[in-house]
Amino acid sequence: MSAVLKPKSKAIVCDGNEAAAWAVTLARVDMVAVYPITPQSSLVEYLAKFVADGKLNAEIVDVEGEHSVLSVLHGGVLAGARAYTGTCGPGLAFMFEPYLRTPGMRMPLVMSIVTRDTLTPQSVWGGHQDAMSVREVGWIQMYCETVQEVLDTTIMAYKVSEHRDVMLPVNVCHDGNYLSYGATRVELPTQEEVDAFLPPPSVNWHAALDPSRPMAVDPLTGGAGGPGPSLFVRYRKGQCSGMQHALAAIEAAHEDWARIVGRRHAPLVESYRMDDAEVALVTLGSMTGAGKDAVDEARDRGERVGLVKVKTYRPFPVQAVARALSGVKAVGVVDRSVSFGWNCGPLYQDVIAALQFAAQRPAAMSFIGGLAGADITTDHFGRVIERTQALARDGQVGETVWLNEKD
Amino acid sequence: MYEIRIHGRGGQGAVMAGGILATAMVNEGKYVVAVPSFGFERRGAPVASFLRMDTREIRQMTNIYRPDCVLCIDPTVGRAVNVFDGIRDNSTWIQTTAKPIGELAVPDKVTTVGLCDAVAIALDIFKRPITNTLMLGAFAKTTGLVSLDSLRAAVEDSDFRDAGLQQNLLALERGYNETVVHTFERREAA
Repeated sequence: MSAVLKPKSKAIVCDGNEAAAWAVTLARVDMVAVYPITPQSSLVEYLAKFVADGKLNAEIVDVEGEHSVLSVLHGGVLAGARAYTGTCGPGLAFMFEPYLRTPGMRMPLVMSIVTRDTLTPQSVWGGHQDAMSVREVGWIQMYCETVQEVLDTTIMAYKVSEHRDVMLPVNVCHDGNYLSYGATRVELPTQEEVDAFLPPPSVNWHAALDPSRPMAVDPLTGGAGGPGPSLFVRYRKGQCSGMQHALAAIEAAHEDWARIVGRRHAPLVESYRMDDAEVALVTLGSMTGAGKDAVDEARDRGERVGLVKVKTYRPFPVQAVARALSGVKAVGVVDRSVSFGWNCGPLYQDVIAALQFAAQRPAAMSFIGGLAGADITTDHFGRVIERTQALARDGQVGETVWLNEKD
Repeated sequence: MYEIRIHGRGGQGAVMAGGILATAMVNEGKYVVAVPSFGFERRGAPVASFLRMDTREIRQMTNIYRPDCVLCIDPTVGRAVNVFDGIRDNSTWIQTTAKPIGELAVPDKVTTVGLCDAVAIALDIFKRPITNTLMLGAFAKTTGLVSLDSLRAAVEDSDFRDAGLQQNLLALERGYNETVVHTFERREAA
């Protein structure tokens, strides 16, 4: 539903898909290509409606599938356009080849992943498995907790993506179902505020097409002789350093947003009631709200429990995570997807790797919940807290806990 | 925090009703989270929509398992699902039905019941059994948690146009006026 309260009011009620469409509109995106797929479909409908209503002055390209979505946007970005798309699950899989090419070409681009669990069994419901499956492709990935954060982050993503030291594409991940269709009160920034925050698109002239300077892009590079190996290493190292520069660019973008729009979100990780905490939960995405409420309930009982939300997942904020968790006795990491390689959650793997750098290294356990649209409630988090407190007492790291196994 | 679970059938607008109610409540300065249930919804299949309201920011983006209020916009959905699942003590039940209160089985935990023959009124107004805006009127009358004016403004701001808008505004009004509210003394939990 698209219900603007009053003509002059900035508060609207909308879901995450509509919030993303508002963000694209406020960011003055030049070019959009989208192919509908559940639970992203209404996002496409909102964008088409905003263009039809004259709110969004962008070229919408109707293409026959996700592979063409991203390929046509490559052309637009190489011509200097600010571009946007959104997809999930099977659509992301069909997009994979141009998806791989985007960061290597150092193309600034923003793409929402309206996260969906992956095949098979057939599922159209939320889960982080699609976004997690592409976590090592070289895109920046940020996960949102609220509908408001979807709107704000999608705009901030352009500033990060187009930063001279970054020049990499960004995935803004918002949870299928709970954020895609969950509607809340949202404060809509004014166009003036967003214009002050986000300057006109920055063209990457290293790769951009310029008729007066014709050149080939993405030439064959590599092999075992001649200049190939060292040239390839330079590209890869450049990409890796762009990713590392993104950490500072994300922090700066969040700081600018707070200064100009007046709303502050934690850029890399958020520590919630972590002062003096003995036990910490680690969360990702929309589950965090219920996690914070469960932490409050535990605190009311006098238990020293806190929560660390990971917002920026790629690049992984190693130092920030290590700092946030240093000193606690035990950590319970809740994933909404699985790592088939290790029988645990992928965020859990990242967290225990980062804990290598913590001054005092706590024990950590993996919890998996919310697959294929399943809910993660305060009751589930209550169980996570209880199990992690036991871990704090005896230090015995148990098997991965599947939270919805007996729902 | 006040938790409402809306039950209906695919095509009746249970999700849209949640959105309009959320807008009206936000209009009155409340914080609201409306989360629809989801699946391969098709016309006639039971659907639910969840709405939380509070005077401060709501953080849980989850379904509702212990509602303070159950709003049924379909007369027979209660045969397909247990609409009273998990209800709290002293809860409110708002039901579209042609039956009088004496012919309904009211659970002990329910202390307020709002009844509205919304299907008959909908057939009169829309010539179709579309009950969502009617039952929002019934909700306002039964609970007093949102004003009819705010609901009217939310319907006007929605995607209804022209004749459809007028019909829905009338439906809201008639739903409000033609709902009968029954209250019961607090009963011992069974």
